Amino acid sequence: MRPHRTPLTAVLLASLFGAAALVACSGGHREGPPGPPAEPGAPPTAAPGEPTRGASLSLKGSDTMVILAQRFADGYMRSHEGSVLEVSGGGSGTGFAALLNGTTDIANASRPINARETAALRERGTEAVETRVALDALAVYVSESNTIPSLTMAQLSGIFRGEITNWSAVGGSDAPIILYSRENNSGTYAYFKEHVLDGADFAATAQTLPGTAAVINAVSHDPNGIGYGGIGYAEGVRTVPLAAEGAAPVAPTMENAVNGSYPISRFLLMYTAGPPTGTAADFLAWVLTPEAQALVTEAGFFPLPGAAAGGAGGPGSEAAPSPGASPEGTAPAPSAPAELEAGS
Amino acid sequence: MGEASEVVERISGRASTPARTPLGQGFRTPRSHLVAENAIRVVAFAAILAIVLIFAIIAREALPLFFDAEAQEELGGLDALLFARAWPGYPEARHIWQPVGDVPKFDVVPLLAGTVKVTLLAMLIATPVAFLSAIYVSQYAGKRVRELLKPAIELLASVPSVVLGFFSLVVLASAVQALFGTTYRLNAFVAAIGLSLAIVPLVFTIAEDALRSVPRELVNGALALGARKHQVILRVVLPAAMPGLAAATVLGLGRALGETMIVLMASGNAAVVELFDPTSSARTITATLASELGEVSPGDAHWRVLFLLGTVLFLFTFVLNRAGAVIIERLGKRLRAEAT
Amino acid sequence: MSEPQTEPPKRSTLMPSAGAPVGDRLLHGASLFAVMLVLLVLVAIVGLVLSEGVPVLSVEFLTEAPTSDLLGGGIFPAIYGTVLLTLLMTVCGVPVGIATGVYLAEYAPKRSRIAGLVRAAVQNLAGVPSIVFGLFGLGFFVMMVGRGMDAALYPGETSPVWGQPAVLWSALTLAILTLPVVIVTTEEALRQVPDELRLAALGLGATRFQTTMKVALPNATPGILTGVILAISRGAGEVAPIIFTGAANFLPYLPTDARDMFMHLGYHVFALSTQSPNVDQARPFLFATVTVLLLLTFGLNLAAIVLRNRARARSGA
Repeated sequence: MRPHRTPLTAVLLASLFGAAALVACSGGHREGPPGPPAEPGAPPTAAPGEPTRGASLSLKGSDTMVILAQRFADGYMRSHEGSVLEVSGGGSGTGFAALLNGTTDIANASRPINARETAALRERGTEAVETRVALDALAVYVSESNTIPSLTMAQLSGIFRGEITNWSAVGGSDAPIILYSRENNSGTYAYFKEHVLDGADFAATAQTLPGTAAVINAVSHDPNGIGYGGIGYAEGVRTVPLAAEGAAPVAPTMENAVNGSYPISRFLLMYTAGPPTGTAADFLAWVLTPEAQALVTEAGFFPLPGAAAGGAGGPGSEAAPSPGASPEGTAPAPSAPAELEAGS
Repeated sequence: MGEASEVVERISGRASTPARTPLGQGFRTPRSHLVAENAIRVVAFAAILAIVLIFAIIAREALPLFFDAEAQEELGGLDALLFARAWPGYPEARHIWQPVGDVPKFDVVPLLAGTVKVTLLAMLIATPVAFLSAIYVSQYAGKRVRELLKPAIELLASVPSVVLGFFSLVVLASAVQALFGTTYRLNAFVAAIGLSLAIVPLVFTIAEDALRSVPRELVNGALALGARKHQVILRVVLPAAMPGLAAATVLGLGRALGETMIVLMASGNAAVVELFDPTSSARTITATLASELGEVSPGDAHWRVLFLLGTVLFLFTFVLNRAGAVIIERLGKRLRAEAT
Repeated sequence: MSEPQTEPPKRSTLMPSAGAPVGDRLLHGASLFAVMLVLLVLVAIVGLVLSEGVPVLSVEFLTEAPTSDLLGGGIFPAIYGTVLLTLLMTVCGVPVGIATGVYLAEYAPKRSRIAGLVRAAVQNLAGVPSIVFGLFGLGFFVMMVGRGMDAALYPGETSPVWGQPAVLWSALTLAILTLPVVIVTTEEALRQVPDELRLAALGLGATRFQTTMKVALPNATPGILTGVILAISRGAGEVAPIIFTGAANFLPYLPTDARDMFMHLGYHVFALSTQSPNVDQARPFLFATVTVLLLLTFGLNLAAIVLRNRARARSGA
């Protein structure tokens, strides 16, 4: 057996360590803290709040909004050279947790911030500031082979609470209802729970899936399935018209969401810790322009009704006259708009 | 002697000159070598440090649950972790895991039930297949066939679990639903099949080693006494290899308990307490950790309960691993004792 | 009663397959069936993945970035991120693993309690669930070490620099996860080196350290390399430990610093399978990504097997 002479090993090792050293010190893509950096090769510094060359913004949170946010990010990066935006999902709850930890600049949320999160932010010395960026109708999905004409809100609630378990009880065929729900970090989950189930729990048998697309996929393959999610994803499934208390069934279309006749429509939101500054402020202002709102339609959601572009930072107060009544006034189900106006 | 001279050549270039080497005085090891050796000894503790640190960190996050009154209040009392309760809005006492909501419910029993169900199902499927395969490869297969089969099965071991989860989600779930007409497409049974794909190679490898190490004398003796081959295998080889087979089972169980991606993608993740119907959905501890860890804020009750679950999981797999290792050790001792 | 000459005698088993009775055939058949089943599953997985994935593979797929909705483009950032992660992981973990293996094989006295403890720790480390490593990585590296570094280096600053998910923390977590593989293969490889070489070196005046470094280790290199390759293969495939310590669904840049997040082949498979906006549209890309990941892990494992067999043949010959 011949013992090795391995200069090759030494060369490999040296290059490995060299590469690793380079990696550690080449300067990050995350915006470093303002002030003199402590190590060599750190990112270029800037006065706090000023967008630096290669300024970056991170958006994190709602899975419902992740595609929309990515389209926003693409559009913004194209029109603002040199900016770098990163978007990730994880659920609205994850976004709020990241906002709390300071690991994101903007939290995407498909539900309003709740009292506990607000209190936690206050403990750290900041207030959550909300910007509405789009309108969404929370649609109820069934398989395309399911011909059920409509559901009342009471029936929907009973189904997802596990009280109604067979399609025959709501006018369908004799088959068990298979529930598809979201994971509990999802804003869609929380919103549905609060506004459809009135705070009651989902049935324990509801399968939990990690994204709206997974729900759609499951429902489209399951003739007895029922699921819920943002309207922007409806493909390969049927959406069911919903009837509010004492009203006629309403389909989740844009007009119905805007004029408030669809019982579960909600705003899609972006939150910052404190009033938005720097790149965040620029971005949020840009999101409310007609150019950006066109991207909303592309993503399958509904653009903000003209006058209703709320939120701090003073953006988007172009009060375009809208044909129908403004949504906050007449939307029966979500008391969310009223809550939001009261300030978060 | 060419080897020795090469060795001399290599070491003489760097060896430091000895302090004094008249015959009988000995060679003094330069200090740098001693330092390096001690450094190696210290670094070797890294493995022990890692295991202790892992346990300490995750237990530390979970401990306040047992001592902090405020944390316990958020839970709804420490007994809410294990005991059924008639929560507001429910007619009777039930085990509910719904940690996000106005009234968070942290009962871990559905998670324990789901974990046990999926794991046991997977072991029921994987163990016979792995043992039978091990029997074939060690007792029936010729040398060339064995050299093809072993690496092939080890190749299955190298498939990342996320790929097995993907396979279960996309292919297995539809196939099972088409074949058996199950109500739920993603259920404990599909997850168990996917999980067994991950366990079989592990159990196979250890079992095959154990079966092959049965001393040839025992087999030959039985054959000489007129036993048929299947009798030899079932009544002589298997019992002799029992410790190794037990170790294989125990280690496979540990692996099944700890597997995350497959169950996350294929089990439906519904937190029900249903132990006997394999076609209902199940939520395991590992899938819960993977889904919910992203949204918890450090320090609140949900975070602590998740770390508590992690600690419990760690302790279980620790015990199982220890048991497996001890069994293998004893097997080694026994075989060596028998061979003398 | 005399038996016809053609019937095999009931007692002789020198040729058990000749006219074997039911029991033998059953066991033989059942065990063969089990092996065939396992192989069939392996072929099914590989076949299905390759059949749908290979047609989508192209040079563009491997060198381009994905579109932001993950429904088009390529997977280059995922490949890059995986390579970066495994590089960092190797640099951090392999030296520790080799040193431990050296200790166990060369320095630990026989029946030493400490060596027994180290071995027990290694076995337990191998059995820890991967999600528990994720918990540990989050709780220790990101929260404790990262926040601690922030407090020390940037006092008074509220937004974390090191105390957030980053490729460094993922690499360290995976380094601990793959430590057992490296340690075990290093120890085994060192044990395969014949003692005569060591004795020769010692007899010629080498110190123990010199013997280890210049005689034992170089001869054990193929075996050690096997362990490193296996560790890299696990680093490319493990997803659970990196979900919360640094992996991202989509990044518009390539990570170049230890503080950046990264994309990862295994995580990309997970994201495409469960979170993509249009599962049917994503299917070809999903299968192609799985193909790349599978080819990568198979390639690495095959290389390790070949290396190991060659090392064994050489030491045996």
